[in-house]
Amino acid sequence: MAVATSPVRKKVNRIGLESREYRGSKTTLCAGCGHNAISERIIGACFEMGIEPERVVKLSGIGCSSKSPAYFLGSAHGFNAVHGRMPSVGTGAMLANRNLVAIGVSGDGDTGAIGIGQFVHLMRRNLPIIYIIEDNGCYGLTKGQFSPTADLGSKAKTGVVNDLPPIDTCALAIELGASFVARSFSGDKKQLTAILKAALSHRGTAMLDVLSPCVTFNDHEGSTKSYAYAKAHDDPLEEIDFVPFFEDISIDYEPGTTQEVVMHDGSKLYLKKLDADYDPLNKVQAMRVLQETRSRGEFATGLIYVEPVKPDFLDVLNVVDEPLATLPQERVRPPKTVLDDIMESLR
Amino acid sequence: MAPAEVAVQEAPVVHGTGRVVNDFSIQVATVNGSGSQTANLVLLRSIFRMGVPVSGKNLFPSNIAGLPTWFTIRANKDGYIARKKEIDFLVAMNPETAREDALSLESGAAVVYDEGLALDAVRDDLVFYPVPFDKLIAGVCTDVKLRRLVRNMIYDGVLAKLLEIDLQQMEYALQKQLGSKPKAVALNQQALEVGFAYADQHFEKRDPYVIAPMNETAGKILIEGNAAAAIGAMMAGVTVVAWYPITPSSSLCETLIDYLQKHRIDERTGKATFAVVQAEDEIAALGMAVGAGWAGARAMTSTSGPGVSLMGEFAGLGYYGEVPAVIFDVQRVGPSTGLPTRTAQGDVLSTAFLSHGDTRHLMLFPSSVGECYSMAVEAFDLAERFQTPVFVMTDLDLGMNTWMSDPFPYPEKPLDRGKVLDEETLERIGRFGRYRDVDGDGVPYRSVPGDKMPAYFCRGSGHNEWAQYSERPDDYQNNVDRLARKFENARNWMPAPVVEINRQASIGIIAYGTTHWAVVESRDQLKAEAELETSYYRVCGYPFRPALASFIERHERVYVIEQNRDGQMLSLMKLDLEPDLVRRLRSVLHYSGLPIDARSITDSVLIQEGYRVQKTGADTSRVPRQAGVGGE
Ligand SMILES: Cc1ncc(C[n+]2csc(CCOP(=O)(O)OP(=O)(O)O)c2C)c(N)n1
Ligand code: SF4
Ligand SMILES: [Mg+2]
Repeated sequence: MAVATSPVRKKVNRIGLESREYRGSKTTLCAGCGHNAISERIIGACFEMGIEPERVVKLSGIGCSSKSPAYFLGSAHGFNAVHGRMPSVGTGAMLANRNLVAIGVSGDGDTGAIGIGQFVHLMRRNLPIIYIIEDNGCYGLTKGQFSPTADLGSKAKTGVVNDLPPIDTCALAIELGASFVARSFSGDKKQLTAILKAALSHRGTAMLDVLSPCVTFNDHEGSTKSYAYAKAHDDPLEEIDFVPFFEDISIDYEPGTTQEVVMHDGSKLYLKKLDADYDPLNKVQAMRVLQETRSRGEFATGLIYVEPVKPDFLDVLNVVDEPLATLPQERVRPPKTVLDDIMESLR
Repeated sequence: MAPAEVAVQEAPVVHGTGRVVNDFSIQVATVNGSGSQTANLVLLRSIFRMGVPVSGKNLFPSNIAGLPTWFTIRANKDGYIARKKEIDFLVAMNPETAREDALSLESGAAVVYDEGLALDAVRDDLVFYPVPFDKLIAGVCTDVKLRRLVRNMIYDGVLAKLLEIDLQQMEYALQKQLGSKPKAVALNQQALEVGFAYADQHFEKRDPYVIAPMNETAGKILIEGNAAAAIGAMMAGVTVVAWYPITPSSSLCETLIDYLQKHRIDERTGKATFAVVQAEDEIAALGMAVGAGWAGARAMTSTSGPGVSLMGEFAGLGYYGEVPAVIFDVQRVGPSTGLPTRTAQGDVLSTAFLSHGDTRHLMLFPSSVGECYSMAVEAFDLAERFQTPVFVMTDLDLGMNTWMSDPFPYPEKPLDRGKVLDEETLERIGRFGRYRDVDGDGVPYRSVPGDKMPAYFCRGSGHNEWAQYSERPDDYQNNVDRLARKFENARNWMPAPVVEINRQASIGIIAYGTTHWAVVESRDQLKAEAELETSYYRVCGYPFRPALASFIERHERVYVIEQNRDGQMLSLMKLDLEPDLVRRLRSVLHYSGLPIDARSITDSVLIQEGYRVQKTGADTSRVPRQAGVGGE
């Protein structure tokens, strides 16, 4: 990109775009809302990975969280669908054009309550999509009611205590076949950025449950989704270093301390183990660690499970390489001989 | 108007004497799951192959196996192929219903039945043809399992003899039906011959019904509406299909899958130029179609009433976000689960306004299998031209029954992808505003993800013409007013009505969909029995064409004939018409779940016109009470 007139050359990424070209319109969410921090991380990750905004589709349901696609990648197409139904819209869009990069943003209500049915089936299909749950344990947009991820015993701002156990969306996603499952915290810039970049390198469903406190309705004493609680109970599984495929960097590590995972596009993840023997390629271990940390009242963050090579939904459907949406007429309308033969067979 | 008493009668037929040629209906009463469908379709096709106009209707329970099923074939030299109430020739294969089936017949009707049922003890005014099915089948086939399936072919053989159906045509039809399974063909052929020989040796013809060759079906095809719609969708270039199984629409997508797999696999790569998803429910099915439509694909789903109810929210999103999608509604009887395997036109009003707020949808009303095909093609063009969901309103009678048709013509027009933004347009219009009415027709330009044109944010929440979130009163109002203009403009793009003006007529008839076939016959009855001349207006789309009002204006009284309780189409028309015209409208309604028949229309019109009519038999006797244990 030529910037001859400007003496100060702004930092550009590998496709020549500046960071600001990944921004969206100004947020209308509350100041301090976790969702805003996640938008910032998405902007950063897409910029650093050199994602072409015109290839991205931003998808969401309804909620404060689902508003946020308007606040990043302003030059990408977006679809703010109906409550809980982003998975089906995303599925349709990816079937129409498999070359798109789908980034979906949902809330814990949007996913865990009204949308649990579509969520479950999305995970089963391993559709290529990044599915982010901005998880604040409540319904922000409708003023703070408990959501299905609220912990048992967690207290609402009104003083009401939640008397039902939570749904663990990560455990559910792993169980159902998602090929990349991570949990993070909107306040952990380094970890979340690394996970988002790895998710952008993945082909298949990348499900990210990101703890994202609601400062207005769920950030008080007694809430298990507040900033204070999150900071105190975040139990990272590993330290993540991400090296994108287009960077020629190698990281030295002591054997046995770090696990290297090669992603679909050749990018590499270096996972420095904090928990003795954690292996994110092992489904059984992943489920166990989720159970164990939860029973300690903590929550495990990091890359929980990954299956770097797994056929995605478009492979399963054996769809042509080009976008279905723009196949020319001669490839989608069979010739007259075909119709004539069918007619003959019906005589 | 001078009301007179008319003697309402079916065509005079003297049972037992003379011959009734090519004008009667045959009913086969069996148990579902017994493999009778092959025998029934062979019978149907062989009459069709003899050049005689014919239709076949399957009356089946909402159940997989073991409940009564009736297949009715009507052969009619004048081309009347609507259902007719009276059965002239019964084949009683179901011991459970045989008695009731026989009792429901008019005196003089003929009945072929399993000897053991001893129907001649039930009444004595029928023509009886007892057949020892078990004995005959034992000679054909040793495998007990196969016997059950092949057994039905015997009645085809018996009927071939009794009705003078060309045995060669039956063999052709059999080949057609089972061609890929030579063993099955051979076995069935044998059963056919055994039946024929038995009738030849044991029966003296004592009923008047015969099929004689005609030349009315040359070049025609036989097909169900769902298969026709599937062919239409394929020829329309559909690329994304999402569906959830439901009777009576499942066979639409299932047939489509078969056709796509045969004809839409890329030769070079062996990969599919389509994607079909069996979704988790109808909400997801329409969600996928809307997502795909937004991303530029020709997308569709197919369903029936309960599915349409679930699709409401997405239908509203499609309307307000302006996303193309095609939805086939193969209507069945509601409310709720209703009668899943019976036919109705009961979704007209709920679909017209499906979803909350000021939502309106384009609807097409095919009345023939030919129109299932052509309107399927048209629906995809309209959906993209007007960037909105389009509903193709068929019904169970059309979708699942077998109909004659001229072969479908290859589409003449290229695909109309509507106003998709390109470089040239962008230059012409300057700045891109997704919801800007640049051309004054209410239809804006759209860009599509991945096309490198300026992007926009599609949302179901309030937006201005630049597709920005907006709660401003003027933005909201301007946008929905433009949507209303767009809808108004669609009026003249909807398929034209089929209108027949009779200058002597002071009475007009309006109908749509499958009701058409009974109307054709009823108009002839009205003329023959009461010298009542009628004009006819067949609605093919919604919003209505302006011609509707002028048609009503020409007539003193206009009967709107439909298959629902509430006169839904009439209600919809009221919204468009001046009070003076509304006053001329009358309803003729048929909503028993069985396809409408001409007699019901004729009687109702005559009564409303002030004639005295002897009511003919009700339909209730045809379906025993215990048949209702299904539900899907
Ligand atoms: C069908 C339907 N029901 C209810 C609503 C109201 N509603 C809007 S957002 C929301 C909950 C959002 O919660 P969550 O997904 O957790 O998002 P958050 O606002 O917390 O980010 C509800 C119930 C709606 N928009 N649509
Ligand atoms: S209400 Fe809560 S979730 Fe919504 S924007 Fe404010 S802080 Fe965020
Ligand atoms: Mg929430």
